[in-house]
Formats: sequence, C-alpha cells, structure tokens
Amino acid sequence: MTPRKDLLDIASLTDEEIEFVLANAGPFKDLFKRTVKKVPTLKGQSVLTLFYEPSTRTRSSFEVAASRLSADVIAFDVESSSVVKGESVLDTVETLESMKVDYIVVRHKQSGTPNLIAQNTRASVINAGDGWHAHPTQALLDAFTLREKLKDLRGARALIVGDIQHSRVARSTSLIFRRLGMNVAYLAPGSMMPRGVPDEIPQFGNWSDALDFRPDVIYLLRVQSERMDEPFFPSAAEYHKNYGLTDARVEIIRERGLWLMHPGPVNRGVEITDRGMSYEKSLINQQVENGIAVRMSVLYWLKPGNAED
Amino acid sequence: MPDSNAPKRQLLDSAGVDCCLDEIADSISKAWPGERLALVGVHRRGVPFAEALAARLITKDHEVELGRIDITQYRDDLKSFTVLPKLVGSDIDFDLDDMVVILCDEVMHTGRTSRAALEELLGFGRPRCVQIAALVDRVGRQLPFAAEYAGIRITLPGHERVNVRFADMDGRDEVFVTSWENKTA
Repeated sequence: MTPRKDLLDIASLTDEEIEFVLANAGPFKDLFKRTVKKVPTLKGQSVLTLFYEPSTRTRSSFEVAASRLSADVIAFDVESSSVVKGESVLDTVETLESMKVDYIVVRHKQSGTPNLIAQNTRASVINAGDGWHAHPTQALLDAFTLREKLKDLRGARALIVGDIQHSRVARSTSLIFRRLGMNVAYLAPGSMMPRGVPDEIPQFGNWSDALDFRPDVIYLLRVQSERMDEPFFPSAAEYHKNYGLTDARVEIIRERGLWLMHPGPVNRGVEITDRGMSYEKSLINQQVENGIAVRMSVLYWLKPGNAED
Repeated sequence: MPDSNAPKRQLLDSAGVDCCLDEIADSISKAWPGERLALVGVHRRGVPFAEALAARLITKDHEVELGRIDITQYRDDLKSFTVLPKLVGSDIDFDLDDMVVILCDEVMHTGRTSRAALEELLGFGRPRCVQIAALVDRVGRQLPFAAEYAGIRITLPGHERVNVRFADMDGRDEVFVTSWENKTA
C-alpha cells in the first residue's frame, strides 16, 4: 500500500486504504499482550497533539499509540500558548513547522481546520475531530471493533441514536459502516436529525419503530450540549425518556442479543443508564482499547511529505 | 509464479535441501541434547524452514515449540518505503522465558534481518539462549551476528541474490541464484 501524507476524513479513503488500516490494526493489538508493548516503527520521529477542544480519550489514545511506536510525543498546550493571545492557526503551524515535527494530530471546533493545516505543512496531519465534519480514526476503530465480533460487516445493520446533527462521529462512522457493506439507520429527535440524509439511511423518531429496522448493533451518540447554541430538547430527563437507552430498553436489546457501542464520553442518565454501561454486550471498553491499535496502524501508514502532495 | 525464462543458477535441488535440513537438525540436536526447543521462523520463508527443522527434531525426541516473527516494525529503512507491507504480525504463543530459541532465517547475509528479528523476539520475554539457523549463510555481514547452524556457506557478487523455495509454500524445495534484475525468478 502506498503511504499517504494526511488522514482528514473517511470519504477520501479508498476501499483498499480502509482495509489496509483495519488489517494492520490486528497485529498492533497483539502487541498489547507482550512483555514489551513497544516497537521502533517511529523511532526518531515526533508526533505533536494539537487540541483546540477538550479531549480525554482521543488525545491520550493518540499519545499512547505514538509512544508504543517509539515516537517522541509532544502535547501542545493550547490553553497556555500564544493561541489564547490571538495567534492564528496558521501562525501556530508555522511555528510548529520550524520545530520539524513529523506528525500533527489536530482537533478543532471549526470544520476544515485540519485540511487547512495539512496544506501548509510537510508534517502528516491526522484529523482527530473537526467541528461537525469528521472524526476518521473514531470511524476506523468502530469498524475494527465491530468486525472483531461480526467478522464480516456486509449486510449487518446499525442503528445510530442521538444527536446526529451535531455529531462528526455519526457522519464518519455511518460512512465507514456503509462503505463496508452495512445498512445504517438513524434514530433522533427531529431537532437533531440533519437535513440531506441520503435516502438509503432510514430515519426514525421513536425506539419502537427503529427496532423494527432489526439492528445488530445500537450505536449511541453523546448529547453534545457544547455544540448547541440553544437547547434542542426540553430537558435531559425528557431526552432520556424518549431517546436514551433506559433500563427497560437495555432489557429489550439484551433479549435480542444486540451489540452496544458509544464513542464516549458518556452522559449517564441522558443517553445511557448505569445498567446500560454494564450491559454484557457493550463494546465501549473495547472501542477504547482498539482505538490505540487503530491509531498505531494509521501512524504506520502515513508518511510526512511535501504539503502539495 | 517463477519466470522460466529468467537466468538462474541452482545451488541446491530438492535432495540437497533435504540433506542440509537433516544436517542442521542433527547439529542442533547434538548441541542441545534432549532440550525443549523453540524454533522461531522469520516471516516469510523462515517459517517453513523452522517447520521443516521442527519435524526433524521431534523425531530426535525433542519437544518443540513453533513461532513466527514479523520484522516489519523493526526495519531501519521502513519510512523510506514507497509501498508499505501489510503486517502479518509475530506469533509466539508460548512462554519464551528461559527457553532455548533457534531463530530460523532461510538466508542470512548482512545480519540486519537477524538484528531486527532478535529485537522483536526479546519483546516477548527473556530466553535463556538465542541461536541462529540459516539454510544459506551468505558472506557479507554488516552487523555482528553469526549463524551457529548453516546448510551451505557461499560468497556471491553484490548483483546476485539467493532465492530459497520450500515445497509447502512454493511447490518444490530449491535454492538458486539470480541477478537482482530477475527478482521474480
């Protein structure tokens, strides 16, 4: 497989590239069982995490992935940098370019920012989430995690539930699921259902109808109040009652033997209950573990180069 | 498939390969009488090489564990590749601690593969001893490694390469030399 400079979204990947990243994640995951959980793949190279939005698991997942590949990891602290004094993204990138970093992992509230950065640096840029647009490594780890259970995703059915409108995860994950041959449906309040959903994705307004879609996996999204200018539902309790995975709904999905996924972090009592979190077919913890292996696979594949590549 | 038109010079035919495997297995058995051994093949053709040795050592009353090492992550030239290999991964599903390990590589030349394989191997545990077996030991070491067990030792000009074929993987046992221009041979 030919190396690529940047990973900005799922849409620009070929089927072969998706397969290459997913296939290589397996051997990287095997590494976690060893005495020494490290390989020298990126020895002497530097990976910088540049997060303009808060993140716990994605940032640390990238940092662990880079460390296990023996890269030098630099966490750029936006809060204490010149960014808070008004420095533009491109000025920051110019500074980082002078430091000769090899990989930049970027998260930004504005869609397209990773793309802009990629066009202005020789470093490989990995989009770790931009606005409502894309979160490609989340999508890749979701596909890898589900494939560990279902083996072949062709013909499998996923019901994505919640704040689809504001969710880059919904966009990227539904795209990769469909690329891998799955059928995807959305369940969301009308205020959280985006416009322009492709005809192939059925849209539901309540759980009862949505379960008639006969999903194999329920993919819950986090309610993202930080991306809403105004409330999109009357109250958390109201949302939970109508769209959350209540204890009663946990029993329904248990009876049907459905897998459960969530990109985290979860809002307990809103999209999921404590009982939902301890559901035996929940893949939430596997998603976190697999995230490291998939991000190692992405770092293995990408190769810094000229910005115009 | 091999290119039948490519010029090649055979070093060992099937009987020759068989004879070398017998001799290597015999040497290992004499060096480690009655010992439980780990035979670890370097992906790709180190794997059938290790399997062939294991089959012989079992008949000499050795208990044998088989493993595989994928050295891709340890290559010192990885990021200069224009095409990246798909990872196969290493497979050592036994406890390596205190084991006698025979690292099996079908051709040993510069020693760089052995360096990478040893580094990967030691990520799995702390063996008592690691030795190297090569079906072909080609002169030209660039790093301080040596094959304790070798089928044949040869010196070749730089433009030539050694090709090893195993019946299980390639349909026949054979060792031959081609020039680098005829890599498919």
